[in-house]
Amino acid sequence: MDVKQFTAFDQKSRRLTCSEEWNLLNLTQIKKQLSKIQWPSSGDITIDGAAIMSMDSAGALLLTQFMHKASRSGVKIHLEHFTQETQHLLDIVQKRAISITSIPKRKIPNWLAQIGRFNWDQVIELKDYINFIGVLSFEFLRLLFKPRQWRWNALTNVIDTTGYKALPIIALLSFMIGVVIAYQMGNYLRSYGANIFIVNLLGLSILREFGPLITSIMVAGRTGSAFTAELGIMKINQELDALRTMGVTPAGLLLLPRIFGLFITLPLLTMWADIFGVLGGMLMAKSMLDISYYDFLHRFQHEIPLRSLIIGLGKAPVFALIIASVGCFQGMQVKGSAESVGKLTTRSVVLAIFFIIVADAIFSVIFSKVNL
Amino acid sequence: MRDQKPIIEIKNVKIQLGGDWVHKDINLTVNRGEIIAIVGGSGSGKTTLLREMLMLQRPHSGSIKIFGQELMDATPEIQSAIQRRWGVLFQQNALFSSLTLLENTAFPLVEHTKLDKKAIRELAALKIALTGLPMDAAVKFPSQLSGGMQKRAALARAIVLDPELIFLDEPTAGLDPDSAGGLDELILDLQSTMGLTVVIITHDLDTLWHITDRVAFLGEGKVLCVDNMANLVKNPHPLIQEFFGGARGRRAQDIYQ
Repeated sequence: MDVKQFTAFDQKSRRLTCSEEWNLLNLTQIKKQLSKIQWPSSGDITIDGAAIMSMDSAGALLLTQFMHKASRSGVKIHLEHFTQETQHLLDIVQKRAISITSIPKRKIPNWLAQIGRFNWDQVIELKDYINFIGVLSFEFLRLLFKPRQWRWNALTNVIDTTGYKALPIIALLSFMIGVVIAYQMGNYLRSYGANIFIVNLLGLSILREFGPLITSIMVAGRTGSAFTAELGIMKINQELDALRTMGVTPAGLLLLPRIFGLFITLPLLTMWADIFGVLGGMLMAKSMLDISYYDFLHRFQHEIPLRSLIIGLGKAPVFALIIASVGCFQGMQVKGSAESVGKLTTRSVVLAIFFIIVADAIFSVIFSKVNL
Repeated sequence: MRDQKPIIEIKNVKIQLGGDWVHKDINLTVNRGEIIAIVGGSGSGKTTLLREMLMLQRPHSGSIKIFGQELMDATPEIQSAIQRRWGVLFQQNALFSSLTLLENTAFPLVEHTKLDKKAIRELAALKIALTGLPMDAAVKFPSQLSGGMQKRAALARAIVLDPELIFLDEPTAGLDPDSAGGLDELILDLQSTMGLTVVIITHDLDTLWHITDRVAFLGEGKVLCVDNMANLVKNPHPLIQEFFGGARGRRAQDIYQ
């Protein structure tokens, strides 16, 4: 590209001749050329705009800034031969140019304030969560004796999407978990010649722990996130506000059906996961440890107490409440932007899984105290 | 200096959407430096036409030329060159919600120019000031601003590259009368100083009477009439009469004539 001459300063006549196109594309070059010129420190300067082919607001801003700087150092500036359009543009830019020097900086607090802010936000969120649970409970009690206001359609819909449609993935996943556990334990059992004990280990670990835990984690990722995103988008679209103005509470139509739907489906999914987990283990026991299906099931029936199944299934409703309430709560926390939906959806899944594991640990402690 | 060739030329554009022919035969020419409005009843294909001009939707047949370049067979390089020369204000503003107002406005500059950070900040700030927003709004996020302010911010982003052509989709919808009037003046101001060509889709009768040079009326899949407002309202076509002949239409006509 050939170098264009945008400005020429004649020291004798104190005349700055501007030419070519003063636009965004050439801005850097014009700036460079302007900065090379030796300016007189006082007196008058004439700026001649006759040769300017076109000027856009970027060019006008540059010229305006230049004139500001010059006039501050005591040089008087006259404009000559500017077209009416350009003059008008310069006037507009000049009027606004003063304010743009005062762009406020975004305040970034220091690390101590940030830690404080973070912790305080957690406390506020906990308070909001408890508040949310309280509101929901009241809503539940209010609707409890009005069966005509129960949202059967919404409930069955939730059961369908969170339960029925999750069957294949849950089955596949728990089957593979069963295979993996049997393989890992089988190695050790074989070296002690205690092959048949695979049944006890598999049965207990899957029914008591892995079934409910794997299912819940899968559902938290699959359903908890969906709850948050759905409710969040609805909130941004003001759909929730619209419901409220029509005298329908979002709690009754959207939140309670989701929570009860999951409350129903998660124990069922856990049972489903138990079946496929044991099947996976049984298959592995046969191929690796030569335990026939008959032996496996025969021993299973005698060795694994019903208690184990009930304990495992009993955890599921608790996990369901955690997933659904966290998912719905985070959805209701969404404010304003798409970014907020993404952030809170992530948060919903992370918190749900975190609290599931915490709850599971608490269960273990309790059960060990009462010798279950 | 400025070539007098039309800035947009649309010829025989046809498109079928959802089984209906939304455009049966659209012909429209937009001249350099004019403010043209596209009007028409609901479902007349205004937004579709805009999307076709913006290369967001491809018509089934026909030709659309912008800056003399045919869009139908434009290479990505040509497309990018065209996109650099226009600005768009969307109906829902389409501000990036994760960026502050200043970053939103600076975004096209960052993408399309090689200016240093300071220059970009200043230029973006100038455009924000031009649209009449206070400077302390510059560091806020779109969700923290009112609807009118978001509209102004979106306009600031649309004009930040000093485009030759801007498309405004319902610029005054949802604004209070004062802001809407201010926006009209701003568009006129920008048009006269920067020699902008403005394509507006609007229902706002004040905007139509006050700032447009010509108005194109869409209906029945065609452009039924392109003329200035005074002549357009006299057009006997039943759709046009229905559109402007209501009580509001006549009141606006009385004020401006």
